[in-house]
Amino acid sequence: MSTQILMPALSPTMTEGKLARWLKKVGDDVTAGEVIAEIETDKATMEVEAVDEGKLAKILVEEGTEGVAVNTPIAELAGDGEEPASAKPSGNGAAPAETAEPEKTAPAEPKPAAEARDATPAAKPATPKPAPQIPVASAPEKDWGPTKPIAVREALRDAMALEMRADPDVFLMGEEVAQYQGAYKVSQGLLEEFGERRVIDTPITEHGFSGLAIGAAMNGLKPILEFMTFNFAMQAMDQIINSAAKTRYMSGGQMGCPIVFRGPNGAASRVAAQHSQCYASWYAHVPGLKVVAPWSSADAKGLLRAAIRDPNPVVFLENEILYGQSFECPIADDFVLPIGRAKVEREGGDVTLVAFSAMVGVAMKAAEALAGQGIEAEVINLRSLRPLDTAAIVESVKKTSRVVSLEEGWPFAGIGAEISMQVIENCFDWLDAPPMRVSGADVPLPYAANLEKLALPQPDWVVDAVKKIV
Amino acid sequence: MAKAVEVGKRGTGRQSRAEPPDPQKGETEKQQLLKAFGDMLLIRRFEEKAGQLYGMGLIGGFCHLYIGQEAVVVGIQMGLTEGDEIVTSYRDHGHMLATGMEPRGVMAELTGRRDGYSRGKGGSMHMFSREKNFFGGHGIVGAQVPIGTGIAFANRYRGNDRVCVTYFGEGASNQGQVYESFNLAALMRLPVVYVIENNRYGMGTSVDRASASKDLSRNGEAWGIPGKQVDGMDVLAVRQAADAAIAYCRAGNGPFLLEVKTYRYRGHSMSDPGKYRTREEIQKVRTEHDCIEQARHRLTELGVEEAELKRIDDGIKKTVQDAADFAQSSPEPEADELWTDVLAEAPVGA
Repeated sequence: MSTQILMPALSPTMTEGKLARWLKKVGDDVTAGEVIAEIETDKATMEVEAVDEGKLAKILVEEGTEGVAVNTPIAELAGDGEEPASAKPSGNGAAPAETAEPEKTAPAEPKPAAEARDATPAAKPATPKPAPQIPVASAPEKDWGPTKPIAVREALRDAMALEMRADPDVFLMGEEVAQYQGAYKVSQGLLEEFGERRVIDTPITEHGFSGLAIGAAMNGLKPILEFMTFNFAMQAMDQIINSAAKTRYMSGGQMGCPIVFRGPNGAASRVAAQHSQCYASWYAHVPGLKVVAPWSSADAKGLLRAAIRDPNPVVFLENEILYGQSFECPIADDFVLPIGRAKVEREGGDVTLVAFSAMVGVAMKAAEALAGQGIEAEVINLRSLRPLDTAAIVESVKKTSRVVSLEEGWPFAGIGAEISMQVIENCFDWLDAPPMRVSGADVPLPYAANLEKLALPQPDWVVDAVKKIV
Repeated sequence: MAKAVEVGKRGTGRQSRAEPPDPQKGETEKQQLLKAFGDMLLIRRFEEKAGQLYGMGLIGGFCHLYIGQEAVVVGIQMGLTEGDEIVTSYRDHGHMLATGMEPRGVMAELTGRRDGYSRGKGGSMHMFSREKNFFGGHGIVGAQVPIGTGIAFANRYRGNDRVCVTYFGEGASNQGQVYESFNLAALMRLPVVYVIENNRYGMGTSVDRASASKDLSRNGEAWGIPGKQVDGMDVLAVRQAADAAIAYCRAGNGPFLLEVKTYRYRGHSMSDPGKYRTREEIQKVRTEHDCIEQARHRLTELGVEEAELKRIDDGIKKTVQDAADFAQSSPEPEADELWTDVLAEAPVGA
């Protein structure tokens, strides 16, 4: 019983190589693990080890031969007579030969815009992406009954307290969250109520404690991880993306990571470039994460409760400027808001303003100013960035035929770019003007008071953008 | 290969409470060694077969073989009990087999097929088993160390007595997040056994060229984490060290650091030309210190017949061949599988 030795693939990209040298000759005994030949690839000279034992019976490819394709038989090994037949490699393995064939892709011919929109499946990947999750127009928001004004800061604290009372697996961890009562006083009173087992101060070690919280989540707990600000979460970016967001997929659905990463995002006031950055488009880019950016107290409370209950990693982008602002908030014990649903904060028929987080306030001021000039703006508070409530945007644009996106972050590859593309893909024919975006200036945020003001979107920027298209 | 090096007591002196329990645990040395021999040989044969399938183009991408290091994971596994958790790096096939994961499912994941542990979506470096408390399979060097620390955190939070064994290589031991984890684990007294598998080379860079620390078992000293070096080619020595480390953690004393001195015979991954060390160096370890050959030799001394060992080997070869056949016949994932498992379904009302 003889076994064929095949030209091995020695790297992920190797398709052929040169059989540089035989270290064994016909008749030699070969043991498993012994080097029998040297092969040159485009990258290196590699040694080939025998996998089976036996006597080298025949050399099929002479040394010095170039361009030997992977899986070509290069020699034959005579077995010791009791080697099971099944140890033989399955001949010229059909599977690798098939998969090695580079897939022919259809030539990407440019198409007229109208045709491209209903491109044939042949021009798409083998499996078309499933239809968008929320293709239908949003149902009206549930009426939660009586409200009272509370600050965003308290709304966040109340959300955490309610969920911690309801579920003993929920705990809060972060820098200064316990004894100091929160760097921005968001966790005020939680240590007193829940004790140090569940409200945990960490050292300043974002990479380490993020990985720790992710491990705890994989093991079934539901951590709320506070970053003092999201600027410091960059230290933990690998853990958030590679460990939290991807593990469910890489494990075929076995491993969950129910965790909330929360804290203030974006510019505060006069703290300059390293402490003033909007990470919305960074996180919204990543499949496996949900990304939420509340504006009002009701957003903060309802969405944080949903985020804590969600079985997926949720990035919860707060805003320091908003912490002290008060808004009406439902008082119902079971108040919660669904992730993935936007809210129309102000109705209007002339133009759609799409904003999130503190920029909703800017959009509302701009809408007020526009109303004074006879232009009725509809303001959409996105609340969630991933999943994005495309249906709500589309529904509004079909009414107004004009759209302006608004964000504090940088323009290039920002959320505004995505909103614009969604509008183009989903309601191009309803547009009467190109989509516009208002964003922070494309520079690191300056310290000087006047320069900082020039870098962050103001209501009059929005008014100016609207007047270009109305 | 250095013999087990006893590192003197350091740090808190708490170490003295962690004397190993009776290593025999009612078993004879022969019984222990026979089991270890079979477990190590399964990993060896599995990895040889994986290398073969890689050469045939049936396994793609990166594939890091565990050949040479089998005694590490087998010895430590022998000290664990039901419920204890394990997390490791991308050189993970041996760890999975040692926890009792099915060779068929592991091999089918290597070939990217439907019946793989991750249904073909993780590959060699990213496999998991909730059932066996195997938490991966992590592709980023060092990332599993804070994760293992967090798994241990969950144990302490729940007040159970489970221990999480967190494996990493001597290459990863220079990552900042490893030291962040040491600090957190010591501060919170978490039940985590850190195991540095020192196989002497982080890809092509020898430990001497990568680490200013010469005794890696002392790397936790600044945080009062006790450590010990152990000969990773002697499976019962590994087991004994593991017993002590695990008992220390289980008793609530906080983390323990084991540096297990081992060696990998194959390249860092399949595409490693291996020019950073000599063939003679590998051959010397292989002939003089191989963990399986040492176990075989000792078993023969203990009166086990060669024929018995051959019978074990034959059984393992059949198991591995069956896994290889299964991994080639299992179909590729359905195209729809591309879109599943990105997010879990959120509960109603959230």
